[in-house]
Amino acid sequence: MLSVAQSTESGLKESFGTNAVQDFLIGIKPEFVPAWAIPLTAIGVGMGIVLAIVALLTMFSTWLERKVSGHIQCRYGPMRVGWHGWLQPLADGVKLLLKEDLVPLGADRVLFVMAPALVLASLLGAMAAFPLTGAFYFANFELGIFMILAMTSTTTIGVVMAGWSSNSKWSLYGAMREAAQVVAYEIPLGISLLVPIMVAGSFNLIEVSNGQGGGFGIFNWYIWPWVNPFMLPAFLLFFVAILAETKRAPFDLPEAESELVAGFMTEYSGIRWSFFFMEEYAAMFLYCAVGSFFFFGGFESPLSSLAEGMAGTGSVLHQLAQGATIILKGFAGIFLMMWLRWTLPRVRIDQVMTMGYKYLTPLALVCVLGAGVWEALIAPLWR
Amino acid sequence: MSTTDTYEPSIAQSKGELLDSGEREYMLDVRTQDMEVNMGPQHPATHGVMRVLIRCDGELVTGAQPHLGYLHRCAEKIGENVEWLQYLPYTDRYDYLAAMNNNLGYSMAVEALMGIEIPRRAMMLRTICAELNRIGSHLIAIGTYGLDIGAITPFLYMFREREWMMALFEKICGARLTYSYIRIGGVFNDAPPGWLSEVEAFCDTFEVKWKEYYDLLMQNHIFVQRTANIGVISREMALDFGLTGPMLRGSNIDWDLRRDTPYELYDEIWKDKAFEIPLASGEKGTLGDTWDRAWVRVMEMMESIKIVRWCLDKVEPGPIIAEIPKTLRIPPGEAYVGIENPRGELGHYVVSDGGKIAVRCRVRGPSFANLAVLEELMPGTLLADAIAIIGSTDIVVGETDR
Repeated sequence: MLSVAQSTESGLKESFGTNAVQDFLIGIKPEFVPAWAIPLTAIGVGMGIVLAIVALLTMFSTWLERKVSGHIQCRYGPMRVGWHGWLQPLADGVKLLLKEDLVPLGADRVLFVMAPALVLASLLGAMAAFPLTGAFYFANFELGIFMILAMTSTTTIGVVMAGWSSNSKWSLYGAMREAAQVVAYEIPLGISLLVPIMVAGSFNLIEVSNGQGGGFGIFNWYIWPWVNPFMLPAFLLFFVAILAETKRAPFDLPEAESELVAGFMTEYSGIRWSFFFMEEYAAMFLYCAVGSFFFFGGFESPLSSLAEGMAGTGSVLHQLAQGATIILKGFAGIFLMMWLRWTLPRVRIDQVMTMGYKYLTPLALVCVLGAGVWEALIAPLWR
Repeated sequence: MSTTDTYEPSIAQSKGELLDSGEREYMLDVRTQDMEVNMGPQHPATHGVMRVLIRCDGELVTGAQPHLGYLHRCAEKIGENVEWLQYLPYTDRYDYLAAMNNNLGYSMAVEALMGIEIPRRAMMLRTICAELNRIGSHLIAIGTYGLDIGAITPFLYMFREREWMMALFEKICGARLTYSYIRIGGVFNDAPPGWLSEVEAFCDTFEVKWKEYYDLLMQNHIFVQRTANIGVISREMALDFGLTGPMLRGSNIDWDLRRDTPYELYDEIWKDKAFEIPLASGEKGTLGDTWDRAWVRVMEMMESIKIVRWCLDKVEPGPIIAEIPKTLRIPPGEAYVGIENPRGELGHYVVSDGGKIAVRCRVRGPSFANLAVLEELMPGTLLADAIAIIGSTDIVVGETDR
């Protein structure tokens, strides 16, 4: 939708780097607006867009979670607010905003207030590197996946802050579990992503997606064994790792409700609590979208290749198809995570640690080694 | 699983290491203090208002002590101040998940003093209701146990079946939780028309659904990993602590009051080989672990279905309550009757001086006796295991506190 903004002032564009919003603004800039206002406006608009996307995704995800859990459990889920309860997240949002803003007496007030903001801010920072279509993004980082992994792991600091500052023993337990768990699972997460990165030869999400084009938009996805047989095990490792990273069942130990009441969120209420909630669902979407970029073709799908064939590469129709593709793939991943959550019991902390360090990390290393050997020695035979 | 003597971090750290020179070297300059955590009385996993004071070294539990009394309602004292029949509704309220069994226990104790004959149809209806209630109680036990481990969905599936069971009870006596259906001398109300065939339909459906629970929860790999080898109660320990019910049979001790001190129709049913007594064998881990106790409960539900089917087969029309006066005057004497509650031996000891009111009305609650073992099981486990152990004792706080 913004690719129409072909740069009219290439000088401006070069001096500030590439950014779809900025390109668009340069295209429509009146004469009297100074050049330095462009990047500032672009940042503001981009932040607004990212925030809106995160809010919408979260709202839809919470509705979906209730519906999925309801139907799995032979219930309907929300049915009252709007058609099949689709306005329920809005009603919840209003309720949370109107709730009293509580800070426990013994809490470290500064850290307590900062923690949810930090959690959400780092997630929003990660979302900045997430392209919605091939040309509509806040920032097209060359090291996009690095940015996402780095920013999302910052949320851990917020969680530990929340647990410590709450001055509650349950919160402290939750925070310590989160720290241990995330440290253990960041490693296999990063290593398993090295396999598709190696095949694609890029850290840039859009380039990785473009590398999987052709083949009716489906047969060149990296997940297929004819691309690299180590891709499927790498994806499974990646999926287990993102379950642990997003604190989803069966790895929801930091907020294990039957053990730790609500873990690090025990003392939070109202809108602060909802920040943690938003972070969880946005992180789920982000990780699932990253998974689809690196294993399941990213923007490439039969839909987007059809749109590309009809209206040309980079056209509005193509970009809409790309956006729809990535959102659908993200929500397919989210659905899988919800399905697991409402099916499986929770594992124990020592089992989480054992699995992370003893099985996932070595297996991820084996995958990287195997994929490397395959790429260097076997794949060149027919590529 | 290890107990207290295998791991005592605070002691190990304070001793330091004895060097050749005779000095002690403290290798660890960072000494940590054990944390005391109050689990309860408001905690999602303590099944009501029980409070367990847990001493933790990180995730490791080094000591635990249950505190009772948050739901104390003077049930026994009330029993000594109201008339015989008036006490019946109070029995509903101690083990509120198995009110039928409580009614049965109290009624049988009073009947033993009176020495009256119960009509056969009444005994049939009593047995059907008690066994259906046992199923309902075990459904809650297993469901909430899954919830403690983190599996939320089986809990709702089990509530679906329990809902049906409660609807059946509602039809026969008008109440869904506190029935007061089994009365002194018989039952309060005859089964409404078609009720028995509805019970049969429930049995048919339940047998199908039971398989679902067994596969979805009991055989789930994570569930087995979480419950096997945890909270092991050896045979000797089970006897020493006076455990009863599934806790005892979970340690492979063949003791079930329905067979060993037969009451009502159970003698006849047992001789007809209509039911068995499931005994744990340590299938997934060590004998007497938490998985074994849950397994016994799951298998017992099926046995209850068999008993209900036997009764449905044999039930005939007839009177449902013996001829008893409106105001009961029980002949002097004392009686103790223990019955097999879903949680173990529920004993009622009543003493009468020939008046309208009991002189002594003592209740032996199975949850209360089974709870004592917690203190022994918990040290040396992880915090999450402590939850699994509390869940596996299947306590009802209303009954521990009474």
